[in-house]
Amino acid sequence: MEQTRQEFIKELKQVQEKVYQMGIRAGAALDKSMKALCNGDRAMAAEVMQEDDVIDDMIIDIEDTCLLLIAKQQPIAHDLRVIATGFKISTDIERIGDHAFDIARTASNLKEPLDRERLQLIRELADCGQEMVAKAMEAYLKADVQLADEVRHMDRKMDEIFERTFYSLSKFVTDEARHPERVTNLLFISRFLERVGDHAVNIAEWVIYLETAERIHQKKKLS
Amino acid sequence: MKMKVDDLNLYYGDHQALYDVSLEVPEHQVVALIGPSGCGKSTFLRTLNRMNDLIDGVHIDGEIRLDGENIYQDDVDLVNLRKRVGMVFQRPNPFPMSIYDNVAYGCRVHGLKDKKKLDEIVEKSLRGAALWDEVKDRLNASAMGMSGGQQQRLCIARVMAVEPEVVLMDEPCSALDPISTMKIEELVAEIKQQYTIVMVTHNMQQAARVSDYTAFFLNGKLIEHDETNVIFTKPHDKKTEDYITGRFG
Repeated sequence: MEQTRQEFIKELKQVQEKVYQMGIRAGAALDKSMKALCNGDRAMAAEVMQEDDVIDDMIIDIEDTCLLLIAKQQPIAHDLRVIATGFKISTDIERIGDHAFDIARTASNLKEPLDRERLQLIRELADCGQEMVAKAMEAYLKADVQLADEVRHMDRKMDEIFERTFYSLSKFVTDEARHPERVTNLLFISRFLERVGDHAVNIAEWVIYLETAERIHQKKKLS
Repeated sequence: MKMKVDDLNLYYGDHQALYDVSLEVPEHQVVALIGPSGCGKSTFLRTLNRMNDLIDGVHIDGEIRLDGENIYQDDVDLVNLRKRVGMVFQRPNPFPMSIYDNVAYGCRVHGLKDKKKLDEIVEKSLRGAALWDEVKDRLNASAMGMSGGQQQRLCIARVMAVEPEVVLMDEPCSALDPISTMKIEELVAEIKQQYTIVMVTHNMQQAARVSDYTAFFLNGKLIEHDETNVIFTKPHDKKTEDYITGRFG
C-alpha cells in the first residue's frame, strides 16, 4: 500500500537529525573543555563557553519544531515517542553542554596547570563520560536498544571511578591547605563528569523507550 | 460482556466481507471500530443489530450474543432487537416532522399513547442528548430546520427514547462541524454510564478521546483489539501502527 504522510515522516527525521547533531556538538564541547583543562589552554576554554550559546539555540529550535509537530500532526504511538524523546534527550544534551561550559570556566580560571597525578584521575572519569555520551548518541542514531542498554550498564563503572577519584582528590585537601580552591575545583569537575554519565544513561533510557515503548527505571533494573 | 461476537464471517453473495471476527463488547464501555474505507467496520457494526438483514444476498455464519443470547436465532424479534440495540447513522436523518414527534416516534411505534408519559420521555431524552435547553421552546417546530449538529443530537435523543441497552454509532460526527463534534463526544462520555456504545470512526483522535477499547479492521479482518490506551501508544501489530499513524489509508 502506498505510504502517506511523507512530509510528516520527513519532519520527524529532521527532529532526530537535529537532536543527534546537538548531541555531537555537546560531546565535542565536553572533549574540548577537557583538552582546555588538561593543557591549560584558556583560549580553547573561552571557545567552549562561547559555543554553549549554539547548543542552547539548538534546544530551542528542537523544542519549537516538536511543539509545532504536535499542534499540526497530532502524533501517536512511535511518532509521538520520537517527539517526546526529542524533548527529553535534548534536555539531557543541553545539561551535558552546561557541564562542558562549567569545566571550561574552571579551566579558564586556573592560575597554574594541573599536575600529572591529578590530571590522570580526572582524565579517567572524562574518558568514561565521553564514551557514554558517544555511545548513547550512536544508539539514538541507529535505534540500537542493545547499545543503549550497554550505556546504562556503563554507569556502574562511572560510579566506581567517581568514588575512587573523589576519595583520591580528597586526600589532596590537606596538601593544599593554603589553596583549597585548587582541589575544590577538581572535586567539582569530577562531579560534573559523573553527572555527564547520568545524562548519558538518561539518553540511553529514552532510546529504549523510543524503540520499545517500555519505561525503564535505571536503579531498579540494574540492582 | 454485553455483546460477544464469535468467529463471524459475512458474505455479500460470493464476496466475503468479514473473516472470523471475534470481539467482546463490555457493558457501559465505548468500543471504537477503526480502519480504512472498505475494511468491513461498518458492515460489522450493522451485524450487531442485524441491519444487514435488509440487504439482499447477505449471509453470515458465526455467533453474536447479546446478554448471552444469540441474536441470529430464527425466533429473534427484530423490532425488539433494534430497540435494545439502537443505531445512529453517519448523516443525521431526522424524520420530516416536529422535534417532539421525532423523539416520540419510537415509543409510539412500540404502542405508547399516554401523552403525559410521552412528554416525560421526550424531555428526558432531549436532556440526555444535551439538546433540551436549545429546543424546549420550539418542540413543535420542524426538525428539518435544526442545524446538523442539533439534528444528530436529536437522532441520539430518538434512540435514547426507547431506552436501548447498546447504541451503535456509524461515524456520527463525520458530517458535523468541530463544535458539534465536541458536543457529541462529550455526550458519548456522559451516556456511557447508561448504555454500551460501539462507534465507527475515521477520526483517530476521536477514537483515542472517546473510547475505552479500540478494534482495528483491515480487509475484513480484525487485526487487533485492545484497550484504547494501548492501541494508541504501543500497538502490537505493525499494520495497526501504520494505520493509526497515518502511514496508509
